[in-house]
Amino acid sequence: MGATVALQVTVNGESHDSEVPARMLLVHYLRDELGLTGTHVGCDTSNCGACTCLVDGESAKSCTVLAVQCDGAQITTIEGMAGPDGELHALQEGFWAEHGLQCGYCTPGMIMAAADLLERRTADGPISEQEVRKGLEGNLCRCTGYHNIVKAVQAAAEASREVAA
Amino acid sequence: MSTVEVPPTKHVGQSLRRKEDPRLITGRATYVDDLALPGMLHAAVVRSPEAHARVVAIDASAALARPGIKAVYTGEDMSDLLAPLPMAWAPPGVEIKTPERWPLVRGHVRHMGDAVALVIGDDKYVVVDAAADVEVEYESLPVVIDVEQALKDEVLVHASLGTNKTHEWSMGGGGDIEQALAASDVVVQRRIVNHRTAGAAMEPRGCIAEYRAGALTVWSSTQVPHLLRLFYAVQMGISEDKVRVIAPEVGGGFGGKLQVCAEETMCAWASRKLGRPVKWIETRSENMAVSHHGRDQVDYVRMGATADGKITAFHAKIIQDLGAYFGLLTPMIPELGAFVMTGCYAIPVVQTDIVGVLTNKFFTDAIRGAGRPEMTHMLEVMIDQLAEELGIDPIELRRRNFIAPEQFPYETPYGITYDSGNYEAALDRALEIVDMEAFRAEQADLRSRGVLRGIGFSTYTEICGLAPSRAVGPSGFGLGIGLYESALVRVHPTGSVTVYTGASPHGQGHETGFAQIVADRVGTDPSVVEIVHGDTATGPMGLGTYGSRSLSVGGVAVAHAAEKIAQKAREIVAHNLEADPADIEVRDGRFSLKGDPDQGMTLAEVAGCAYVDATKMPEGMELGLEQALIYDPSNFVFPFGTHVCVVDVDPETGKVEVVRWVAVDDCGPAVNPMLIDGQVHGGIVHGIGQAIYEQVVYDERGQLVTGTFVDYALPTTMEVPSFETDRTETKSPSNSLGVKGIGEAGTIAATPAIVNAVIDALRHEGISFIDMPLTPLRVWQALEQARGDGNGPRDSEQGASLPAQGEGSAGSGPTIPEGGRS
Amino acid sequence: MIGAEFDYAVAESVDDAIALLAEGGEDAKLLAGGHSLVPLMKLRFAAPSLLVDLRRVDELRGIQTGGDSFRIGALTRHAELQARADMGLVAAVATQIADQQVRNRGTIGGSLAHGDAAADLPAVLLACDGSVVVRGPDGEREIAAADLFEGYLTTTVAHGEVLTEVRLPALTGYGYGYEKFNRRAEDWAMVGVSALVKSDGGVCQDVRIGLTHMGATPLRASAAEDALRGQPLDAEHIAAAAALAADATSPLGDLNATPEYKQHLARVLTRRALTTASAA
Repeated sequence: MGATVALQVTVNGESHDSEVPARMLLVHYLRDELGLTGTHVGCDTSNCGACTCLVDGESAKSCTVLAVQCDGAQITTIEGMAGPDGELHALQEGFWAEHGLQCGYCTPGMIMAAADLLERRTADGPISEQEVRKGLEGNLCRCTGYHNIVKAVQAAAEASREVAA
Repeated sequence: MSTVEVPPTKHVGQSLRRKEDPRLITGRATYVDDLALPGMLHAAVVRSPEAHARVVAIDASAALARPGIKAVYTGEDMSDLLAPLPMAWAPPGVEIKTPERWPLVRGHVRHMGDAVALVIGDDKYVVVDAAADVEVEYESLPVVIDVEQALKDEVLVHASLGTNKTHEWSMGGGGDIEQALAASDVVVQRRIVNHRTAGAAMEPRGCIAEYRAGALTVWSSTQVPHLLRLFYAVQMGISEDKVRVIAPEVGGGFGGKLQVCAEETMCAWASRKLGRPVKWIETRSENMAVSHHGRDQVDYVRMGATADGKITAFHAKIIQDLGAYFGLLTPMIPELGAFVMTGCYAIPVVQTDIVGVLTNKFFTDAIRGAGRPEMTHMLEVMIDQLAEELGIDPIELRRRNFIAPEQFPYETPYGITYDSGNYEAALDRALEIVDMEAFRAEQADLRSRGVLRGIGFSTYTEICGLAPSRAVGPSGFGLGIGLYESALVRVHPTGSVTVYTGASPHGQGHETGFAQIVADRVGTDPSVVEIVHGDTATGPMGLGTYGSRSLSVGGVAVAHAAEKIAQKAREIVAHNLEADPADIEVRDGRFSLKGDPDQGMTLAEVAGCAYVDATKMPEGMELGLEQALIYDPSNFVFPFGTHVCVVDVDPETGKVEVVRWVAVDDCGPAVNPMLIDGQVHGGIVHGIGQAIYEQVVYDERGQLVTGTFVDYALPTTMEVPSFETDRTETKSPSNSLGVKGIGEAGTIAATPAIVNAVIDALRHEGISFIDMPLTPLRVWQALEQARGDGNGPRDSEQGASLPAQGEGSAGSGPTIPEGGRS
Repeated sequence: MIGAEFDYAVAESVDDAIALLAEGGEDAKLLAGGHSLVPLMKLRFAAPSLLVDLRRVDELRGIQTGGDSFRIGALTRHAELQARADMGLVAAVATQIADQQVRNRGTIGGSLAHGDAAADLPAVLLACDGSVVVRGPDGEREIAAADLFEGYLTTTVAHGEVLTEVRLPALTGYGYGYEKFNRRAEDWAMVGVSALVKSDGGVCQDVRIGLTHMGATPLRASAAEDALRGQPLDAEHIAAAAALAADATSPLGDLNATPEYKQHLARVLTRRALTTASAA
C-alpha cells in the first residue's frame, strides 16, 4: 500500500489539514476531498487546462500536481474568485458580458489562467489580443472558437485598469 | 401551424446575457462527475490493446484480490441483457448488415479499446489499479485498417457477416448521371479524402447509474436523455416508467454524446446486480479511443459543366469507413449529406452512391455537421476545381449557378424542398467586407516578399432542424423514431414561468434564448422564465439536441405553447375588462387593451385568476395556466451563407496559418445575436481543426496513434484568428419564428474555404489540388513534388517508410490525387 | 487517469535526498516540478516505487549571476527564467516552453535530467556549452553539456545522484535566435534551433547552434558552425552554413514529420535563427 501523507493547505482562504494518498492529484483533492468541483478534468496530459487553479498565486494544472506537493501552499480555485458578498471578479464579469463561454467546462480553467496572465503583466495600456492568446495557450476550448474568450479577458483587463486609475 | 400573431417583441432579437452563466463562471454548475451518491461504487473498463483478436481467457483473480474491489464482469456475465446496443436507421428497401454490439465483447475484440471487462470497486483509483491486474489472453487475428483495402474482403472484421460491405445506398435525381456527364463540355473528377476526426468535447463522457427499489435512474452526460430512457428500458427489461435519465450540466457534445454508450449500459446493469450506484467517468485517453469518431470517407467525385460555366451534373461515390461496429446512426451519416448535395446551386442531375465498409477501428457516427460537412467539402472544393478548369473566377462561377431568390421554395432533383434562400445577398455582403480588389493587391505584394497568401470561399447551404417526423421516421427516411419536439409552459400562481423542453442543451444557451421567446409572448421578463431540460421525469417526451434542431423545432414548440398561454390569458383579461380578447395585446410586459394601455393585467394577475380566484375566470374555462404540446414542423430548414478564409502558407516549411475569416450567415431572424455569433465562431474553429490540425490516426496494426491531446491536435488560442461575422436574415416559411439552425453551419462551411484558400496561395507553385489535413508535412511534400527537385519523399514511399503516419485511415491515397480531368 | 501507488518522502537537503534515493533502490525517482514525470506516471508509462520530493530543498533555488556565468539552481522554474531578460537566449526559450501553467511548475533541473530531446532547454545548454553539477554518494561532479545527454530520455546523471545546479556562460556579446517549429503553440518542438552568434564587424567570430528533436539527444550543428565561423554574416554565408545544419543527423520520423522533413526544417530554421542572431 502506498503512503498516506499529511497535508496542510489553505484553499480560498480556508485552512485544511488532511491525510492523503501520495498519488492523489491536486485536482482530485480539491474535487473529492474538499468538494470544490468547479475545477474540472478534461485530459490526461496537461494539455487542456480545464483543471487550472492558482497555487501560491500562480496558475497550475492541478491534474499534473500531486496534492502533497502543495503542502503549506495557498490555493485559489474558481469558487474563491468572487467576493465574499458574491460580487463577481472582473474576469467572471467579463466572461459573462462577452459570452466567453458556452458549455462552461473549460471556463474555470480559462478564468484562472487569465488571472495569472493579468497578475503577471507588467505593461501598461490595454492588453492586446495577441497577449491574451499567448497567455491562454495552455487552455483548450471546443465551443467558443476563443474569439469571445479573448474579448472577455480584454474587457476584464480594461475594467481592472479603470478601477486602478 | 399556429397563426397567432406574434406580439410586439422586446427580448427576442437582443443579445441578452446568458441565464446559464452565473453558475458556470463561479464553479457552481453540476456536471456528472461533480455528483456523488451514498454508497456509490466506481467503474473502470478493461480495454483491448489489440485491434482484432479472439479472447482466449480472462483471469480476474488478481484484480478481485485487491481490497475494495467488488466485482469484475465480462460479456458472458451480461448475457441477460435483452438487446444489443442500438443502431436506429432502417431505410425502407435497403438491406443493411448490422454487426451485433454488446456493451462488453463476447469472444472477439474488433478494435483497439474494445471493452473486455468491467471492474467495480469502492475507490476510483483502486479500480484503475485492478483493471490493470485483469489478465486477458488474446489470439491475434488479421487486421484491416484501410477502407478501400477492407472493401476487398480479404480480412473480415466480422466473419459472420461474410463481408465488410454492410450496405449500399444510392439516390439519383434529374436524369441519368452518366448521360449527363457525357453530354457535358467538361468533367472534373477528383478523389477527395475526408479524414477521421474526434468530437472532443471538453467534458468527456460519464454517468452514474442507480438501480433502487425497482427503478433505474441514470445521470448521463448526454444530448439525448429521452432516447436513453427508451433504450435502457429495452436493454434492461425495465418498464419505461421506471427509468429516469437526467442530463445534468453537459460539457459539450458535438454529436459525441448523441449515442447510447456501452459503458452506461454496463453501469446500469452493474448497479442492478450490486444494488448500489455505479459511476463511470471517461478518461481523455478513452475518449480518443472509444468515443465515436466522425467523418472518414473516401469520395470519388465528378462534376460536369458547360463551357460557359453552368454545372450540368454532379456525382459522388462515397466509401464510408464505418469502423468495427455501428453506433446509433453510423451508416446513415453520409446520407444526411446527400440531401444537400446540390448545395446552393441549380444542378439539374445528381447521383450519390454510398458504400458502407467495416474496418478494425472504432466506429464513426455523427460529429458536428454529420455528413453535411463532408458533402459541402466535396461540392465547394469541386466548384473551385471546375472554375480553374474553365478559367472562370470561382466567385463568378458560383453566381452563375446559384438558385435565384425568386426560385424558392426550390425543389432539388432529390425532391428536397429548400425553404428559402438568398445566396447572392450573403455573398455580396461577404465581398463588401473582404474587398477582393484590395486583397489581390495585397496578395501580389506579399508574394513578391515571399509570403504566400491565399483566399478561399465557401458558399454553403445545409439541411437541419432535424424533423419532420413523417419525412425522417420509420416509414420515411428510416430513422427508428420520428423527430419532433415537445414543450410545456407552466405559469405559476405568482406569474413566474417554468418551461420544459425536450431539447437537451450542452452549451447552446437554450435557457436564455427560449426564455426570451416565452417572455415576449406572455408579457414577462426572461429572468422569471426558467427553462428546464434534460430530465425525463419532468417534461414531456423529447428528442434532444443535435442537427441544429433546438431552436427551429424545440424553440418553435416553446413559442407555440407560450402563444396558447397568451391566448388564454387574453381571454381572461378580456373577461375581466369586459373587452374582446382580440383587443388585448402584450405590451410593455403586460396584457393591455389596444389603444388604452392603462387598462390591463400583468401575467401575475392573470395567474391569480387562473389559480387563486376562480370567479375571475370566464365561464367554462379550465383553471390553471399551463400548456403542453408537441410540434412537428412541415419541413427542414436550410440556413446558408458565405465563408471566406484567408491563409498564409510558409513556402519553406509548408505551415498554414489562418489569418482572416469573414463569415456571413443567414439563419433567419435572430433570437439572440450574441448566441449566433458564438455558435459560428466555435463552428469555424471546429472546421479549422479538421482542415489543418486534427486527425485520428491508426497505424497499420490498428493501434491508435493519436491517443491523447498531445497528438490529437485541437487548435489552441494561438492557431486561430478572431472572426469577422455578419448576418443576412431570410425568414424560413417553415416555422412561425422564421428561424433556421446555426449550430453546425460554421463547421459545414469551413473546411472547403480553407482548402480553396491554400490552393489559391499555392496555385502559382503548380499545386492545383490538395487534401486535408493541411499539415506542414503534407503541404511541404506537395510543394516539393510540384517543384520537382526530388528532396521530398515520393508519396508512395511515405506510407512504407512511416506506417505510423497513418494517412492510413481513409487517407492512404496520394497527396496529389491521381484522378485527372477528362 | 491516475498512476500506480508509490512511497513518498520529502527531502530536507540535497544530502538527505541522496540518502533517500540510496535507500529507495533502483526504482526511486526524484520529484521536482513533476511536469515530465507525473504525466508519464498517470499514463502508467512510469511507475517509481518511491518519489523523493525536492520541494523543501531551498539550496536548489535561485539564480546567481557571477562574472561571466549564471549558476541556476536546479529547482528554478521556467517562469523565473522567462522573466530574466538579462539571460538572453535562455529567457527567450523559456517563454516558449509549453504554456504558462507548465512554466510555473516545471524546473530547469527536472527538464535537463529528464533529457527529452524534444524539450526546449537541453539543446540550449548544449549550444551554450553549459554544464550541470550533480551530487551523489561519491561527492560532487560537473558534467559538461556535451557529455550529459546519452540517449533517448537518458543522461549521464547516475541513479542516486541529484542534479543541483546548471551553469551557463553569460556569452556576453553574442546575439541569439530561437526558432521553434511545432503544429500548435503548446506542443513540443517538431524541430527547434537555438543559435548564438558573436559578430566582429560583420564577421562571425563564434557561432553555436543547438538542435532540438533532431535525434535521440539534443545535438550541435557542428558542420554549420564550422562553415560560418570566420565568414561574413551575410545572407549568402548564413544560407550556406544553414544548408549543413542537418548533416550527421538521423532523426526518426513520427506522427508529424518524416526524417527528411525534419532535416529540411533544421536547415530552414537554422538559417532563420542565425539571421536573427546575427542581426542582434
